[in-house]
Amino acid sequence: MGNTQFTPGVVAGRLPGDVLDDNFGDLHPPLDPHEAAVAADRCYFCYDAPCVEACPTSIDIPLFIRQIATGTPEAAAETIFDQNILGGMCARVCPTETLCEEVCVREVAEGKPVEIGRLQRYATDTVMAKNSHPYERAAATGKRVAVVGAGPAGLACAHRLAMKGHDVVIYDARPKPGGLNEYGIASYKTVDGFAQKEVDWLMQIGGIELRAGQALGEAVTLEALREDCDAVFLGMGLAGVNALRAEGEETGNVADAVDFIADLRQAGDLSKLAIGRNVVVIGGGMTAIDAAVQSKLLGAEAVTLVYRRGQERMSASEYEQELAASQGVRIVHHAMPVRVIGNGAVREVEFEYTQDGPNGLEPAGETFRLPADQVFRAIGQRLEGAPDGITLEGGKIAVSGAGRTSVAGVWAGGDCAAGGDDLTVTAVAEGRDAAEDIHARLAAE
Amino acid sequence: MADLSSDFVGIKSPNPFWLASAPPTDKEYNVRRAFEAGWGGVVWKTLGSEGPPVVNVNGPRYGAIWGADRRLLGLNNIELITDRPLQANLEEMARVKANYPDRAIVASIMVPCEEDAWREILERVAETGVDGIELNFGCPHGMSERGMGSAVGQVPEYIEMVTRWCKTYYDKPVIVKLTPNITDIRKPAKAAKDGGADAVSLINTINSITAVDLDDFCPEPTIDGKGSHGGYCGPAVKPIALSMVSEIARDPETHGLPISGIGGVTTWRDAAEFLALGAGNVQVCTAAMTYGFKVVQEMISGLSQYLDEKGMALDDLVGRAVPNVTDWQYLNLNYVTKARIDQDLCIKCGRCYAACEDTSHQAIAMKPGRVFEVKDDECVACNLCVNVCPVEDCITMERLTPGTLDERTGRVVESDYANWTTHPNNPAAKEAAE
Ligand SMILES: Cc1cc2nc3c(=O)[nH]c(=O)nc-3n(C[C@H](O)[C@H](O)[C@H](O)COP(=O)(O)OP(=O)(O)OC[C@H]3O[C@@H](n4cnc5c(N)ncnc54)[C@H](O)[C@@H]3O)c2cc1C
Ligand SMILES: Cc1cc2nc3c(=O)[nH]c(=O)nc-3n(C[C@H](O)[C@H](O)[C@H](O)COP(=O)(O)O)c2cc1C
Ligand code: SF4
Ligand code: SF4
Ligand code: SF4
Repeated sequence: MGNTQFTPGVVAGRLPGDVLDDNFGDLHPPLDPHEAAVAADRCYFCYDAPCVEACPTSIDIPLFIRQIATGTPEAAAETIFDQNILGGMCARVCPTETLCEEVCVREVAEGKPVEIGRLQRYATDTVMAKNSHPYERAAATGKRVAVVGAGPAGLACAHRLAMKGHDVVIYDARPKPGGLNEYGIASYKTVDGFAQKEVDWLMQIGGIELRAGQALGEAVTLEALREDCDAVFLGMGLAGVNALRAEGEETGNVADAVDFIADLRQAGDLSKLAIGRNVVVIGGGMTAIDAAVQSKLLGAEAVTLVYRRGQERMSASEYEQELAASQGVRIVHHAMPVRVIGNGAVREVEFEYTQDGPNGLEPAGETFRLPADQVFRAIGQRLEGAPDGITLEGGKIAVSGAGRTSVAGVWAGGDCAAGGDDLTVTAVAEGRDAAEDIHARLAAE
Repeated sequence: MADLSSDFVGIKSPNPFWLASAPPTDKEYNVRRAFEAGWGGVVWKTLGSEGPPVVNVNGPRYGAIWGADRRLLGLNNIELITDRPLQANLEEMARVKANYPDRAIVASIMVPCEEDAWREILERVAETGVDGIELNFGCPHGMSERGMGSAVGQVPEYIEMVTRWCKTYYDKPVIVKLTPNITDIRKPAKAAKDGGADAVSLINTINSITAVDLDDFCPEPTIDGKGSHGGYCGPAVKPIALSMVSEIARDPETHGLPISGIGGVTTWRDAAEFLALGAGNVQVCTAAMTYGFKVVQEMISGLSQYLDEKGMALDDLVGRAVPNVTDWQYLNLNYVTKARIDQDLCIKCGRCYAACEDTSHQAIAMKPGRVFEVKDDECVACNLCVNVCPVEDCITMERLTPGTLDERTGRVVESDYANWTTHPNNPAAKEAAE
């Protein structure tokens, strides 16, 4: 019966179930108590610690690590959640190698940072395993805030507002909350349905009503929300995807990487998910890497990631690039797609080499073809469905201060807002800060 | 490789590393393994009188404190003297001594404070052919409640009396092991000397409670909901032991009395420090109990490398630092140093800054880019930054050469030695001058 890595075309079940389970297991397994004690012992409890400054949510890292070292991971978790209510997810998905761990003095001194991310996971897992929620709501204020988008930005904003005593309604276009935590992050970073568990845990604060499957612009309008509520927060992420602008892009089996990943994340049984024998991923960011790696883990024989610029320009971190390489993904730099070839379904992609010229990227006059049964576009997401009348900046919602938009009473944060890195942790920080600003504004009213 | 062979009050051993009287030396099996691993000698686990052996608790008998990575820093025990029959111990001692004639075996003894009790056991120990005896006047728990151990060690008159009995009824070297659970270690040392002791050994363990169980509200180790103080040993007690050894070594009344140094010896370096402060050899317990007998191999190689590098013989090291142990009042007040931070080694953790800014003299500046610099006009040279810095030798103390300005005091550093006894702020100094 069964298919193998060499079965032509796009088919399911290239790898046995147990191999798939293994491939999609935890990338960084959790620390056990002994490992956590050893890892925590390495922290120097730095003064004005550089790691804290590097954390977009400013978690008091030396304090929480000391709390782990002294046998109180619950207190450590509270230190984390005080700053970052999605500290559990961030512990799994933050590119720590470019954030806190990059500047850890022990990274600088020894090339081996304190394992801040894994320690953070140890602490937050301890509390979440007990299913205890350490926060209570302040006395009800009678104010209502609408939050659009149940991704990290929206959830962080909603939790902080609920804590302050406001009533929150979250609208999300998708059937499940979590945003890219649920639909985007690579499977091996957040196993065992963690995204939904975390949302459920977060919701225990109370005072948050989730209206799933209700899109802004369809089920509800910004005008209506502004009328009904005392404030609105937009955390709608980037629902649109950039096009390749290559000939033949509509050919079959050419898809958006984010859709492939969302399907993968929602697949109950990975052995039923079809994948090409030869997969080509186009892009240079985290999404491209994730699509390529997961294609490989599903059993694609050859996966090639093609990026139009040089390696130094890739937005995926060095660590992520190494991860891809270690999984057998081939990375080609300085090439862009010109033509997708295939009769019905894609068969090949033609690329042209590029070079950096005086006016930016220019064709180098050399082409090559890669065999492809499946092509994933991962050349960036863009804001889609921004409410009319709101000022944009570089294609995103323009904000000033803690997420204030051009429209009175409307805040925005996360990927949909201009400025900041497109990271889970940045979205959390922006959602939280907007909530504080909304609270201050409502309290002053 | 330096010659480490040792002659301690006439007792010869191939190296100065002995195992102290404790579980590692409780029976033939252990001692043979110790000798095979390279230990120069052992002081056998303390023997008691003939009769029913003592009983130990059957619950935990050790407690501990740890440093980073659960490194054992201090160990505490509530174990008593040997709980095996006297005859069995004596037979084993004789057998092992016969098999290992080049190694030192010393019998540790603790019997009631009665002349007959001592005479009886001394006769039997003499028959085994071991090299000497050590009087256990140190155990701070259990045996002391029965008028033995530290109950004797805390009364100089008893020490002198028992030592004299031993010198009367036993003709090989007598070492008196001292308890640190007293205020002035020189008193019991002097008593031992007056009683005719060939040497003292110290320290025995220190009264201690290592931890409290915060669920059962009971000291650890916990025996059925209760705990009692135990005896503390291991790396944590080394500083106390070194100080006590040095006190005996430099006091005119006890100067020259041979000392077997004990307490926290964990590496060759610790051993060398004891020797430099006047110990003729060292005894080890916790390090062996923590890492096994093999640790002696590092002690041997380390000490011989050190002696080779210094071009010294073992005897040259013994007591070498004693003349430099002095009283505070004689320390040179014109010795002025300042902390210096090696910017290449600094990893910018800021611990020196937190320590100095919060708890000392605000003498470290934190500059943009996390650059830490010492302010010479504030630095009192306390050394705290050196001690808290995680990088060895990153911060050092540099002496201001005489003639340069101490920016803190505004005074030029003088070249003369000047101490408190002559300092103008010292009322006693003024009186003397008048
Ligand atoms: C494939 C992939 C992998 C990634 N991996 C990582 C990683 O490893 N680490 C990391 O830190 N970051 C990663 N990121 C980035 C990270 O996921 C995002 O930065 C983060 O999720 C942004 O949060 P957000 O709340 O702003 O938006 P989102 O998570 O996108 O959430 C937006 C929510 O708004 C909803 N929505 C959209 N439009 C509407 C509308 N009109 N009405 C109502 N609801 C709407 C969406 O359904 C969604 O639930 C990855 C991103 C992708 C695409
Ligand atoms: C540098 C230093 C100076 C101290 N000076 C004094 C003092 O002047 N008077 C005093 O009673 N204790 C003094 N102490 C002892 C402390 O008060 C405290 O009893 C001791 O450090 C033990 O506590 P700790 O080790 O838990 O900190 C001093 C301790 C240190 C480290
Ligand atoms: S920088 Fe590293 S060592 Fe310093 S506090 Fe942060 S985690 Fe600890
Ligand atoms: S070391 Fe452990 S196993 Fe051995 S006797 Fe003691 S408690 Fe028992
Ligand atoms: S304690 Fe040492 S390493 Fe840390 S900042 Fe100070 S000098 Fe640098």
